[in-house]
Parts: sequence; structure tokens; C-alpha cells
Amino acid sequence: MTTVTDKTPDRQEPAAPGRIARVLDSDIFHSFWRSKVTVLSAFITLLFIIGAAFAPWLAPHNPFDLATISILDARLPPIGMEYHDPSYLLGTDDQGRDVFSGILYGARISLAVGFLSVVFAAIVGVLLGLIAGYVGGKVDAIIMRIAEVQLTFPAILIALLVDGVARALVGNLDRERYAFWILVFSIALSFWVQFARTVRGSTLVERNKEYVQAARLIGIPPFLIMIRHVLPNVIGPVLVIATINLGLAIITEATLSFLGVGIPPTQPSLGTLVRIGNDFLFSGEWWIAMFPGCALAILVLAVNLLGDWLRDALNPKLR
Amino acid sequence: MLAFTIRRLLQAVVVMLVVALISFTLFRFVGDPVNQMVGVETTPEQREALRERLGLNDPVLVQFGRFITKAAQFDFGTSYQFRQPVAELIGRRLPATLELSFVSAVLALLVGIPMGVYTGLHRDSWLSKLFLSISLIGISLPTFFIGILLIFIFAVTLQWLPSFGRGEVVQVGWWSTGLLTWSGIKALILPAITLGLFQMTLIMRLVRSEMLEVIRTDYIKFARARGLRERTINFRHALKNTLVPVITITGLQLGSIIAFAIITETVFQWPGMGLLFLQAVQNVDIPIMAAYLMLIAFLFVTINLIVDLLYFRVDPRLRVERAAH
Repeated sequence: MTTVTDKTPDRQEPAAPGRIARVLDSDIFHSFWRSKVTVLSAFITLLFIIGAAFAPWLAPHNPFDLATISILDARLPPIGMEYHDPSYLLGTDDQGRDVFSGILYGARISLAVGFLSVVFAAIVGVLLGLIAGYVGGKVDAIIMRIAEVQLTFPAILIALLVDGVARALVGNLDRERYAFWILVFSIALSFWVQFARTVRGSTLVERNKEYVQAARLIGIPPFLIMIRHVLPNVIGPVLVIATINLGLAIITEATLSFLGVGIPPTQPSLGTLVRIGNDFLFSGEWWIAMFPGCALAILVLAVNLLGDWLRDALNPKLR
Repeated sequence: MLAFTIRRLLQAVVVMLVVALISFTLFRFVGDPVNQMVGVETTPEQREALRERLGLNDPVLVQFGRFITKAAQFDFGTSYQFRQPVAELIGRRLPATLELSFVSAVLALLVGIPMGVYTGLHRDSWLSKLFLSISLIGISLPTFFIGILLIFIFAVTLQWLPSFGRGEVVQVGWWSTGLLTWSGIKALILPAITLGLFQMTLIMRLVRSEMLEVIRTDYIKFARARGLRERTINFRHALKNTLVPVITITGLQLGSIIAFAIITETVFQWPGMGLLFLQAVQNVDIPIMAAYLMLIAFLFVTINLIVDLLYFRVDPRLRVERAAH
């Protein structure tokens, strides 16, 4: 790219800035650095993602390796309290598993469920929204009516219901094995509506523009027009909705796991860890529930703040 | 008005039919109802006889019709876990959930509106900023974690309030109430705060943004110019005009409160419908799930309908717009 610009020395303006330089100079980047809260929440989110991704290397103990955990280390308090063990930063749970390592591994599952379910919800929602907006007529009416009915109920209720049905269909034996995907599926199914409605709205506008009419005239099949031509023009707000929904998805996962219909205790997510710790709250071992709960709250708060900022930065009108 | 009412009523009926269809599909096709009712030693002939007697061999449409007729009479069959009629089980749990939801909604309004008014009037005071930060945390904290925090502080550490159950209840007809005994009220405090906190922050933010808009309007400026007292302007003129959306949102949120009660009831082992539903999901007790779904749908649809009609009555602009079409 630079070699091309060098060959035209008579041009007065400086060489076109590289991709990175352009990002560094963009409005979004400036509005990012202006807000200290946003920088902090981005930092925290990044910390969680790194901690979750590299949990096997970062965690001081492996909470799932039965050979390394000992019941003798059970219910040790966190550092700073009486009888603590310095190798367990935040104490241990009832089976002698390190709480801090548990949080790292738990964040891994919480983030994975959150990301995957939002991605699936976005795919389903965007496709249905495109079809509803582009095809119109009866298809549109059916899809949007379903969306309306679903929107009448809170997402958590839909997720609980889908979860219950999926568990019934899978059967007793495989329930634990498929718990992760059942959860992703139920959360995705309860979150698609917002994507569909937004995409449908902008597709309705795009459908009548000249480039779509031109594409139709030269005989491109409708499906290709939708994917190749309309989709890139309606995808913008999807990113914002996805970020805002990520926090919600993580909360939903944690809630379902806490209620005992989500991730099983053998591979606990943050919500499962709180559920486990809840039983020991009354006997004074508060750290087993409190630390994972606080980690969850901080993660969700950071993701929510990032989502708020992204919404304002990309599209002030979307409020 | 009449046409609008009829149209909304028809929409409500359609929603109910869709939900009934989902419930019916659940009931009929997820797991075999016969398998759940008989033991292992039942012969195939006996199973077939039971199948015939339950009408499971009839055409699906006939079965659906029967399901709706029965649902309209609150007959949802027998629970797989408890071997008791579902309607009876839910009826016994209903007062606990409704009481909790009602108290939470009232709490959310009583605290949320004044906070909203204050933060709207005094935008830059430190107390407003504190309220707003708290509300942000309130939205980000998962409900169950708020409950656990409250239990940890007020039940475990300070030991002021009970952490589970309803306390003593008094039977008034078929309705059991915990509002008449001291221990019942004490048991209600923590769950009500947990359940109401989210709605409270919502109401506060709503009132705040509405207040900020109203304060700028000409009639408020005029009221100021007339030399009315600050208190009269704020509460008689400004607040009154913010209340329409607040009433709407609160009405719509009432349904979510009842649904979110599932979480709160689990944390506090509150013997309500939500806890029953959760046990049903855990143990794949389809009749209870189907019945709860229908009941919640009915509540939601009714509330939405009432709010829509109220809105239509309260806001004259809406009527003019409709008439213009």
C-alpha cells in the first residue's frame, strides 16, 4: 500500500495512514480513551478473558484433578484470616478445591456459554429478521407474531422452559453430558427476538433501495441478495445488541446454574460455584459463595459498561 | 374504543391459544404420559387400556380441544412427582407468590419514585450520583446474588431476620397470608427487597428521565413564573405528568415480578409457585410445567391487555391518532 503512494510524489497530502493508525485516530478510539470507566471495564473484561482462556496455566491448582486435591484442605479460609493456608489465595471449598482456581475455570465456562449463546441468538435472529424483512407477507407476519408472543415473557422464563423441555427430551443419563449445549441452546432461543426485530426493521428500509432492485434485476437469487448485499448493510446494530446481551446471557447462565438446571457441579460455572457455596453460608464459610459471586458481578458490570459505551459511541440514536 | 378493545382482545386470545398449543405439545409429546403413571409391571394390554381411557388414541385435534376445555376449568391433570392434582398444588402455593410479588411491587414504587424525583431535580448532587451508581450495580448484580448477600448480612451475620420460609401464616378462607403475623412480616422483608430491587432501579431511572424532560417544558416555566411554591411545582405539576409511563411500566413489570419470583423463592425457600415450577423443571414434571406456563401466560396477557386499555383511556393523543387512521 505504501509503495503505491510512494510512486506518486507529486501528491501533496501525506501517505494514506495504515489500518492501525486509522483506528488510533478514529472517533471511537478517542471516545474510548476519554472515558476512564470504559477503559477500566475493558481492562477488567480483558483480564477475565485472559484468565479464563489460560486457566489451566494460570490457576495455581487444578480443581478437577482428583489426585491433587485433598479433603484435608477442605474449607480453608482465604488469606488474611485465621488458619489460612498461603497456597490457597481465596480459601478452599468443601472438597478442598481452591476457590481462586475454581473462579478461573468457572469464568471459562460462564464466558463460553455467554459468547456462544449470544452468537447463536444473533445468527438465528439475523437470519429470521432478514427473511421476515426481505420476503415480507405471510412469512413476515408469522415470524414477527412469534417474536411478539415471546417478547411478552421475560427471557429467563423462556430459557427455563426450553431448558426443562430439552432436559426432558435428552433423558436422565445424558443430561449432565449435554448440560453445556442445552444451556447455550436455551439462552440463544430466549435472546433471538431483539436481533430479529432490529434486522427486520433495517431490511425493510434496504429492500427498496436501488442496489437491491438492481441485484434483483440481473437475476441474483433472493437468498444471495439477502446474504451478500442486504446483510452487510444491516449488520451494524447487531454488534451493539450482541454486546449488551452478552452481560444478560452471562447472568442468565449463572441464574440457571444457580437454580440447579444449568451446568452441573462436576464442571462448575460461576453460578454453579455460588450454588455450591450457598450451602456453607450458614456455617460461616462465606468465601465459597462470595468470591465467585463477586467475580460474576464484576464481570457482568464490566461487560455491561462496555456495552453501554459501545452503544453510545457507534449509534447515539439507538438509546 | 370498542374496535380497539375487540382487536386487542382477539390478539390476547391468539397468544393464549399459542401458549396452550405449546403446553399441550409439552404435555402430550415430551415423555409418554402413560409411562409416568404406571409401574414397570403393568402389561402392554393394561397400558393400552389406560391409553384408551385417557383418550390418548383420539385424533390430536380432539385431544387439543379437550386440553383447552379442561385448562379453562383449571384441570391440568396429576403431577408426576406428587401424585396430586396440579390445580390443587398450584392453588395452595399461589397466595405466597402473589403476596411476595405485590409487596415487592409496592416497595419498588414507594422507594423508586421518590429516588427518581430527587435525582431528576438535583442532577449534580452527590446523593443523586450515589443513587445512580447504586442503581447501575443493582441492574448488574444477578438477583440470586443480591439475595445471598442480604442473607449473609442480615440473617447470618447480624441475625436480625430469618433467611428462609414464610414464618407463621394465617388462613383466611382458602388464602394463607403471612402479612398478619409478626414473624410472617419479618420473613417477607428480605425476599421482597431482593425481588423489588431491579424494578426499583428501573422505576427510579424512568422517573428521573421523565422528570428531566418535564422540568424543561413551558408549563413548568410558567408555573415558576407564577411564583408557585417549589414543592407544588415539583409534585403537583411535574410528577403528575411523569406518572403515565411509570404506571404502564410498573403494570407490565408486575408480570415479570411474578416470573422472577422463581429465583427469589429458590434463594429464600419461599413456598410459592416459582419454587414448585423449578422443582417441576428439575424433575421433568410436565403437568406442572404446562399448567404454570398457562397460568403465567394468562397473567401476562391479562396485565398487558389492561395496561393497553388504560393507556388508551389515559392518553388522549393515542385516541386522536387512532381515529385519524
